[in-house]
Amino acid sequence: MKLLGKLDWSAIPLDQPIPLIASAVAGGLVVGVLIYAWAKGWWPYLWNEWITSVDHKRIGVMYIILAALMLLRGFSDAVMMRSQQALALHGAQGYLPPEHYDQVFTAHGTIMIFFGGMPLVIGLMNFAVPLQLGVRDVAFPTWNNVGFWLTATGALLVNLSLGIGEFARTGWLPYPPLSELAYSPGVGVDYYIWALQISGIGTLSTGINLVTTILKMRAPGMSYLRMPVFCWTSLAANLLIVAVFPILTATLAMLALDRYLDFHFFTNTAGGNPMMFVNLIWAWGHPEVYILVLPCFGIFSEVFSTFSGKPLFGYRSMVMATMFICVVSLVVWLHHFFTMGAGGDVNAFFGISTSIIAVGTGVKIYNWLFTMYGGRVRFEPPLLWALGFMVTFVIGGMTGVLLAVPPADFVLHNSMFLVAHFHNVIIGGVVFGAFAGYEYWFPKAFGFRLHKGWGVAAFWLTLAGFVATFTPLYIVGMEGMTRRLQHIDNPLWDPWIILAGLGTIVIGAGVAAQLIQLVVSIRMRDQLRDVTGDPWNGRTLEWVTPSPPPTFNFPVLHDVHGEEAYWGMKQAAIAQERLYDEPDYKPIEMPKNSPTGFVTAFFAAIIGFALIWHIWWLVALGLVGAYATFVVFAWRDEDEYEIPAEEVARVDRARRAARGPEWLASMGAPQ
Amino acid sequence: MKAIQRGAASMLLLALASCSHQGLLDTAGPIAAGERTILLNSLVIMLAIVIPTIAATLGFAFWYRADKPRGRYLPDWAYSGRVELVVWAIPILVILFLAGVIWVGSHDLDPSKPLPAEKNVKPLEVQVVSLDWKWLFIYPEQGVASVNRLVIPAGVPVHFSLTSASVMNAFFVHRLGSMIYTMNGMVTQVNLQADKPGIYWGQSAQYSGDGFSDMNFQARAVAPADFAAWVGKTKGQGPSLDAAAYAGLAKQSTIKQPYSYGTVQPGLFDQVAMQKIAAGPGPQVGHGDVNVSPRSTK
Repeated sequence: MKLLGKLDWSAIPLDQPIPLIASAVAGGLVVGVLIYAWAKGWWPYLWNEWITSVDHKRIGVMYIILAALMLLRGFSDAVMMRSQQALALHGAQGYLPPEHYDQVFTAHGTIMIFFGGMPLVIGLMNFAVPLQLGVRDVAFPTWNNVGFWLTATGALLVNLSLGIGEFARTGWLPYPPLSELAYSPGVGVDYYIWALQISGIGTLSTGINLVTTILKMRAPGMSYLRMPVFCWTSLAANLLIVAVFPILTATLAMLALDRYLDFHFFTNTAGGNPMMFVNLIWAWGHPEVYILVLPCFGIFSEVFSTFSGKPLFGYRSMVMATMFICVVSLVVWLHHFFTMGAGGDVNAFFGISTSIIAVGTGVKIYNWLFTMYGGRVRFEPPLLWALGFMVTFVIGGMTGVLLAVPPADFVLHNSMFLVAHFHNVIIGGVVFGAFAGYEYWFPKAFGFRLHKGWGVAAFWLTLAGFVATFTPLYIVGMEGMTRRLQHIDNPLWDPWIILAGLGTIVIGAGVAAQLIQLVVSIRMRDQLRDVTGDPWNGRTLEWVTPSPPPTFNFPVLHDVHGEEAYWGMKQAAIAQERLYDEPDYKPIEMPKNSPTGFVTAFFAAIIGFALIWHIWWLVALGLVGAYATFVVFAWRDEDEYEIPAEEVARVDRARRAARGPEWLASMGAPQ
Repeated sequence: MKAIQRGAASMLLLALASCSHQGLLDTAGPIAAGERTILLNSLVIMLAIVIPTIAATLGFAFWYRADKPRGRYLPDWAYSGRVELVVWAIPILVILFLAGVIWVGSHDLDPSKPLPAEKNVKPLEVQVVSLDWKWLFIYPEQGVASVNRLVIPAGVPVHFSLTSASVMNAFFVHRLGSMIYTMNGMVTQVNLQADKPGIYWGQSAQYSGDGFSDMNFQARAVAPADFAAWVGKTKGQGPSLDAAAYAGLAKQSTIKQPYSYGTVQPGLFDQVAMQKIAAGPGPQVGHGDVNVSPRSTK
């Protein structure tokens, strides 16, 4: 047995300039940032205030930073895919050979779903849900930090594969037998398995944490039917996480047993059944898209209501539609493989169950529409993203229902039409939703707004690029072009593929506009300062707090007397021309920061890397380290610290001072 | 806003027009035609509510915009039983209608359902094996086989039985309709027919590894007399497909020129499907070490 398992110098892709240079640049940047932070003396601050923080708001922000980095990585993969196809026409081979191109599209899907979309949505939930519920933190604050760092570990492992070894060449769902040892002997699938197993534990932790928080920790008087809709959609998404992520973990564990210990769950031989993997992975995979999109539906609900100056239309209907989607999403998975040859009855059942989900979504669309009816619609960037979503998502939903009609799927399955469809709903739904949430809650998180002009530019460029990229893909899909082609031999498809490639450039301009917006906003933060903590004339409890909110969020927990808790308080204050009486400030106990998450993730990274490369002694070492971390954490004596009443009073008095009579008068003025 | 709507409408027309030349809407067989009908019907049913919804979204946002509102401000209007009824009823009715289309369509166009044949016309049997990375078409009744070229008589129903030598693939000739998976150790079925002679694009529609992009084939529909002539010309000519030849074919490679086998070992397809013949061997060449990062042999 070799000391380093499979690992040797041949793992470094010295003969492949693209991954070599990309990983060198990425690694150099990371090291550079770390050295810069060290030279500036920021390390103690980063360690004490962020890395070890158990504050749900900071963890939420860290999730979103991770997501932003991974979205950039995933987007650069997308640029490579679209340009490769545009350059590989008429017998040309482009610049990416199959063994590299196949890694690129696998990495694109894996990264966008697991390390772009999920952290983005989880970050927004982490940030906003406790604030909207009117509480001070999530149910298990330290565990929350552990969950984040385990997710980051998964992202690290996926990106490590760029420079050490290879990533999977199987597609983002590694269907056996292609992903079995016989057809994928390399380390790529192992990178995939262990990155997802480790980050999956993190996601499951978050799911349990947020479900517990929503069910058990609401402000006094906030009954279920007084929760903001974002909390409802978050509840639905996290219930789905708790229900289906164990399926993913079990399925990948079985694939790992096949690959590592010669089991035969999904092999061709010895009684294995590859289609069982396909069933199991989609039993997780279809609810997963609702895990991503439901919280975004919640964001749109908040945005339409706030920027129309009206309560959400049909609140109870929205709650029903949300829970309806949550349940029905569990019984539709077979529509991902109608072409297996299951027969008319089975296909019809899953086709109908899939299209039934459109009822819930349709109801939501109409309720948003009637939320604008009779409103005063302000075209701020969050609302632009929400409108862009409405217009694009109904088209994406329609093509989705088309794919749910089995006879139509028989000619559209696995085609570019499918690719266009799911990008239409994921970009139009999840990405637009998350960007709306980012623009909406950014002032709450950092105390200043994002620059409006650049936000508007980013919206229009992204929307235009999105339409220019994916409309041609719908068309080539109708013309029979299948997905994942490294080169294209059918000249019929050429012009559309070139058009789609050009569209990517426009999306790139949108990405650039958004990065510029962030930089410009930071530089102009004094002009963009949110002094009162209520920049949008909000309706839910997060807007009670100053921006950024103090660690403890609320000096006293508010009594909630109806839907839209904060709107009611605000209207009462406007009517009486004064805020509610100053409460009796008491000291507040808050959880202490803890390095447990970071240390656990450090050992998890070691375990994952060692498993991928078969370095067994290192696996053992990592497991011992992780267990020791747990023991140290479990036996700690002090887990809370006290914020004195004077400090609480000081923070709250500053907030009240900012909300003087002038502000009340401006809020009360007709819009 | 109007410009956007006009743009979207013309985009859609452009899409449909371009499809009508060569794509899905230019079907070449009864199955594809049936699927096109269902696709267009479903599309029209849904467009009937999607287009008004998009128009209403843009219209409401414009009508009630804060800087120049047209409609009355109703700051507390958040519930209306009548609107709720309509809001639930519209999607439910559409989906009920669509569910009927799905139920009937799924059964009528089930890939394993035999096609009606005219009197005295016997459906043609073709056995299909997907290999890394080529297609093998065996004609059990004629005793010939062909690689990356499917020849079928026009106007005659064809019954395909399909399996895979190694990983999953999907057999797909989009102008004939219905794709179907090929899986090792399993046999799937699809019934297709070409209306008139022509050369159609065939491909794998399920990613299967490094050589996947070259896993295309010609589907040639020819007049029945020409089909008989092709069989006659092929029979006894060229290499013969026995266990040894099959083992060579099962290795990972791509094929530039289609070719035929003049004789086929009887029962070969069943032996592959029943796993009497070992599955394809997978990658043999490594970048550095095959266990770290195998490089394709194509």
